[in-house]
Amino acid sequence: MAEQQHTTSTEHPAEGGHGGFPPFQSNTYASQLVWLAIAFVLLFVLMSKWALPRVGSVIENRQKRIDGDIAEAGKLKEQSDAAVAAYEKALADARANAQAIANETRDKQAAEAETRRKALEDELNVKLSDAEKTIAATKQAAMSNVRGIAEDATRAIVERLIGKAPSDQAVTTAVADALKR
Amino acid sequence: MAADPIHQFRIVEFFPVAHIGKTEIAFTNSALFMLAAVVIITAFLIIGTAKKGLVPTRLQSAAELSYEFVATTVRSTAGSEGMKFFPFVFTLFMFVLTLNFIGLVPYTFTVTSHIIVTAALAIMVFLTVLLYGLYRHGFHFFNLFVPKGVPIAILPLIVFIEVLSFVSRPISHSVRLFANMLAGHITLQVFAGFIILMGSAMGAIGWIGGILPFGMIVILMALETLVAFLQAYVFAILTCIYLNDAIHPGH
Repeated sequence: MAEQQHTTSTEHPAEGGHGGFPPFQSNTYASQLVWLAIAFVLLFVLMSKWALPRVGSVIENRQKRIDGDIAEAGKLKEQSDAAVAAYEKALADARANAQAIANETRDKQAAEAETRRKALEDELNVKLSDAEKTIAATKQAAMSNVRGIAEDATRAIVERLIGKAPSDQAVTTAVADALKR
Repeated sequence: MAADPIHQFRIVEFFPVAHIGKTEIAFTNSALFMLAAVVIITAFLIIGTAKKGLVPTRLQSAAELSYEFVATTVRSTAGSEGMKFFPFVFTLFMFVLTLNFIGLVPYTFTVTSHIIVTAALAIMVFLTVLLYGLYRHGFHFFNLFVPKGVPIAILPLIVFIEVLSFVSRPISHSVRLFANMLAGHITLQVFAGFIILMGSAMGAIGWIGGILPFGMIVILMALETLVAFLQAYVFAILTCIYLNDAIHPGH
């Protein structure tokens, strides 16, 4: 584009042309159409036979790889899910087991304590009844002693008062009367 | 630098190749850039996937992105059945996109700024839709023009409008791309021309004043980059929508 102005130079086919506005110069149409047809058909063939299948295969390969990876990831996730489930089951089992052992132990100990308590209670009861018997015997002995002492004291008091010892019969009767009241 | 904003659209003939009747077929700058686009697109995809890496490099990522982008567009507009047209839509999209982007580079030629090229592409799409629709659905393809649930009284009018809109598709399809590329490049060239004009007319003050149009060019360049992508995308997605009509003619 060295020339300053648009003139009908040698490189411009002026003959048969309408001059003026280049897009409306019909004498250039045939050349343009022929080369357009050549270029477009060439490009179409290159694209549809070579370039597009090539680009398409690259994209498809990637898609396949991604799909494969996603499937693989899904499989691995399933596996880990299963492992988690197994772990949780084991945990729950162990917990239940522990619970059972605890319960059993508690029951056993409670039963043991109960029997020991009962044995102790029985022993205590026995001791209590023994003690009560001893008390009753002691009381009995004491009571009979009281009678003897009272008779002796009565005899002595009466002897001192009247100067003569009363008969054993009378003293015994009198003390028994007094104790009855 | 040529101040003429139209200069950039000139078809420059390098050498004649053949004659069809009296018509001369020449190798031109347009042809050069078309072939350059073919080479660039093919190299982009082939070199990008050279390693076929599981973890893509930047270029491979870009190549895959273009593939996925067009594939998603086709699938979402024309359904999975439309995927048989995927290579066609991909070729169209990449071809138009690359030509648009090449055109953004200064001193290059924008192939898509010529109505004959965009019209040829649009007519190719139109014929593909028409022929595939007829091949696939036979006469039922024309159900496309008869929407369901329309009262008989206004049906002729509706059918007329539907046919008209169908037939005018290649026009809007081609003119949209052509006009966008043309207008954008003319605007850029006009603003670039202002810099030259101010510099040569007012000397040093003019060159300083030239910062303003230069700033405009920077902004417009960003806009044109967007337009270059957007028009290629619009061209591709409209192709998908038209193909969808051929695959599923029922409204």
